Amino acid sequence: MTTRELAAHELHAHAAPQGFIRKWVFSLDHKVIGLQYYFLALTAVFVGMFLSLLMRIHLIWPSVALPLIGEIKPETYLSLLTMHGTIMVFFVLTTAPQGGFGNYFLPIQIGAADMAFPVLNMLSFWVTFLGYIVMLSAFFVVGGAPLHGWTGYPPLSALQSAGPGEGPGADLWVISIALFCIGALMSALNFITTTLDMRARGMSMMRMPLTCWAWFITAILGLLAFGVLFSAGILLLLDRNAGTSFFVPLVVVNGQLAAHKGGSPLLWQHLFWFFGHPEVYIAILPAMGLCSQLVSVFSRKPIFGYKAMVYAMLSIGLLGFMVWGHHMFMSGMSPYSAFAFSIMTMAIGVPSAIKTFNWLGTLWGGRIRFYSPMLFAIGFVSLFVSGGISGPFLAQPVLDIPLHDTYFVTGHFHLIMGVASIFGIFAATYYWFPKMFGRMMSESLARWHFWFTFVGTYAIFMPMHYLGMAGATRRYSQFTELAYLRDLIPLQKFITYAAIVTIAGQFIFLFNLFWSMKYGKKASDNPWEATTLEWTTATPPPHDNFGGHTPVVYNGPYEYSVPGAPRDYVMQNDPATVAAH
Amino acid sequence: MGLVLLVVIWLITFVSAYFFIAKTWWLPTGASAAAAGIDHHFTTTYILMGIVFVAAQVLLGLFAWKYRDRAAGSPARYSHGNNTLEIVWTVLTLILFVGLNLMSSSIWASERFRPAEPGALQVEVTGMQFAWYFRYAGPDGKFGATKPELIDPSAGGESAIGLDTTDPASKDDVVTGTMYAPVNREVEVILRAHDVIHSFFVPSMRFKQDVVPGLAIHMHFTPISTGDYEIACAELCGLGHYKMHGMLKVVSQEDFDKWLAAREADKQ
Repeated sequence: MTTRELAAHELHAHAAPQGFIRKWVFSLDHKVIGLQYYFLALTAVFVGMFLSLLMRIHLIWPSVALPLIGEIKPETYLSLLTMHGTIMVFFVLTTAPQGGFGNYFLPIQIGAADMAFPVLNMLSFWVTFLGYIVMLSAFFVVGGAPLHGWTGYPPLSALQSAGPGEGPGADLWVISIALFCIGALMSALNFITTTLDMRARGMSMMRMPLTCWAWFITAILGLLAFGVLFSAGILLLLDRNAGTSFFVPLVVVNGQLAAHKGGSPLLWQHLFWFFGHPEVYIAILPAMGLCSQLVSVFSRKPIFGYKAMVYAMLSIGLLGFMVWGHHMFMSGMSPYSAFAFSIMTMAIGVPSAIKTFNWLGTLWGGRIRFYSPMLFAIGFVSLFVSGGISGPFLAQPVLDIPLHDTYFVTGHFHLIMGVASIFGIFAATYYWFPKMFGRMMSESLARWHFWFTFVGTYAIFMPMHYLGMAGATRRYSQFTELAYLRDLIPLQKFITYAAIVTIAGQFIFLFNLFWSMKYGKKASDNPWEATTLEWTTATPPPHDNFGGHTPVVYNGPYEYSVPGAPRDYVMQNDPATVAAH
Repeated sequence: MGLVLLVVIWLITFVSAYFFIAKTWWLPTGASAAAAGIDHHFTTTYILMGIVFVAAQVLLGLFAWKYRDRAAGSPARYSHGNNTLEIVWTVLTLILFVGLNLMSSSIWASERFRPAEPGALQVEVTGMQFAWYFRYAGPDGKFGATKPELIDPSAGGESAIGLDTTDPASKDDVVTGTMYAPVNREVEVILRAHDVIHSFFVPSMRFKQDVVPGLAIHMHFTPISTGDYEIACAELCGLGHYKMHGMLKVVSQEDFDKWLAAREADKQ
């Protein structure tokens, strides 16, 4: 390993902590904070998954009484739906890939000893954690959790009288999201500064692994998007409690004139989706970066079109802020603006397609090793294609007329933003577990987990496209009231059965994770024979990552199968540079 | 492992594609003037996207198998990419996506940019938790005033939409829970909501539009075959969202006139 001695002023910003509290609870170490985010997301994903199980059960056995929970009422179904969406989007898809793996591996991959602002990093985790507790507490207040969906459209979300759960539960929901925004903003600042200022010598921007590019661009999106959501949340809180009318016009609910007038429900939708669409990319970009990495590592080939990948991610990030109106084609917004939003949205398909082509180009001519991280990376590419292909339908306002707010949309975003991102999280877990915990996860259990999840998620979400084409509306707790929906119940049953099997399969993962921490085979420092800097450290990495040294980088991140090189990979810090071979 | 991946990815692809091609589940039969154009464009998009979908998945499975690591295989190709290929597929996808978009623009424009024809039948549609009400202006062709303070959802009918019965224009207004419309005549709907956002969704008419409190949204569609068509609410509006439905009965102009006259007579 090539390193240089640290100058005195470069010594690690903070000394190794003493005592349990400073080491594991209020830690300043980016690795511990990364693990904290990861385990927060892990509990959140199982909560969110359990809520979806209850929803699927209710949809096909509406009157069954469940142990401890009892019978699920229509309003309970909507609370489950709201909390499922909110918890999954914020506390899983935003938290694990960025807060979890980004925190742990961004500094190591760029050769830094920690994030730029360790205290800010600690604060951002604990604010997020507080947000999570506040979110869960909404279940336990009078009226229960809100029923307005994760998009929280006012006036439904702004009026206490609009339904059960719209009392204190809805206030807690808004407060939780506002807290989450604060945490995400602090985290975004930290990621951006770290990437720009903390790179080791030789680690130029164009030598960064694509994971680091993805985390960097995600952080920029977060910085620009969460501020807007935060403001919208505060305005909603004021409408709910302080008598303002930002989002509420003159309305009559339950025969009572509400004390509001002049507000615009569409204003909320604009603010929400200005955040909401970039949020989709906040969830998926880290997975894109990671899968680019894995496809290269396990094909033993340089990534196909590194620069094209970087430019594609940058243009996805840029265009991502110009397309929010495609969520609002049916909202009553001017039909002329639909033109602009539609063409921008179709344009965003181009960089997405470039990425897919480049993943295929990387596989082409490789020597593919099918370890579990690679299985999930290939699964990701497949899901990304399947979920992406329905995008151009929904991006055209004309086709959005029959498809908007149907199960077609539910199938689309679950495949691409939900499951594809979660495949990224799984792939990351299998890939980096050896570095984080010093042991290997069971490969055979991981394969079983892959097959269950890959086939299972297709069985759940592909039929939703069929339902949507037939006109099945989203967010219905029952399909008994309309004749054409009754005809679709057999397909709904199939989805529920598939969901039960797939959810059961996730316990293989959970078992593997905890079992391997204790009993897994000891991992070497570089079990996958990868080139990036995290594989040059001790396992697990020491407090300052590189053990009193800081690495110097000579090579790009994807130097595999270099002709003339002694091994089929050249480490980033190998001074015998690629050009010399 | 490469072979298993190939088989599984191909199976998923072909099974998924089969149900699309067999149209086991499909758009409901169109019954409005706009349906044919929308469905045609849907089919075009769907064939093009279907080809991309199958091609990408087939290649993914194929590459996973063909380039698996095996003792006898050749070493991995050392290549950082190919700029010509990048430009080719960027331009091709750009043409495909933007082309599709431009093809569909004229349909959208004809649906949403032009106002209703002068002879269209005006129906005011009001959404509220959790019912749809339909109002016809009657022989005077004018809708009477409504007032928020008069709204009483529990009373149903005219009271539910807050009709001001002291307004002379409201005397002949007909308010119903089922929507009637004559066939082959444009219907101009005026969409309103009193409480929260709803969405007026008539799948067979290929019609959907959110109904927003504070806005009166004017839209139009032309039913082209008689029959009963279900109306759903497509925007989450509260605990009864799933049961907020209605019926559109498309009848001949003659039957429509008879029906409206009978409702007028009921009122007197």
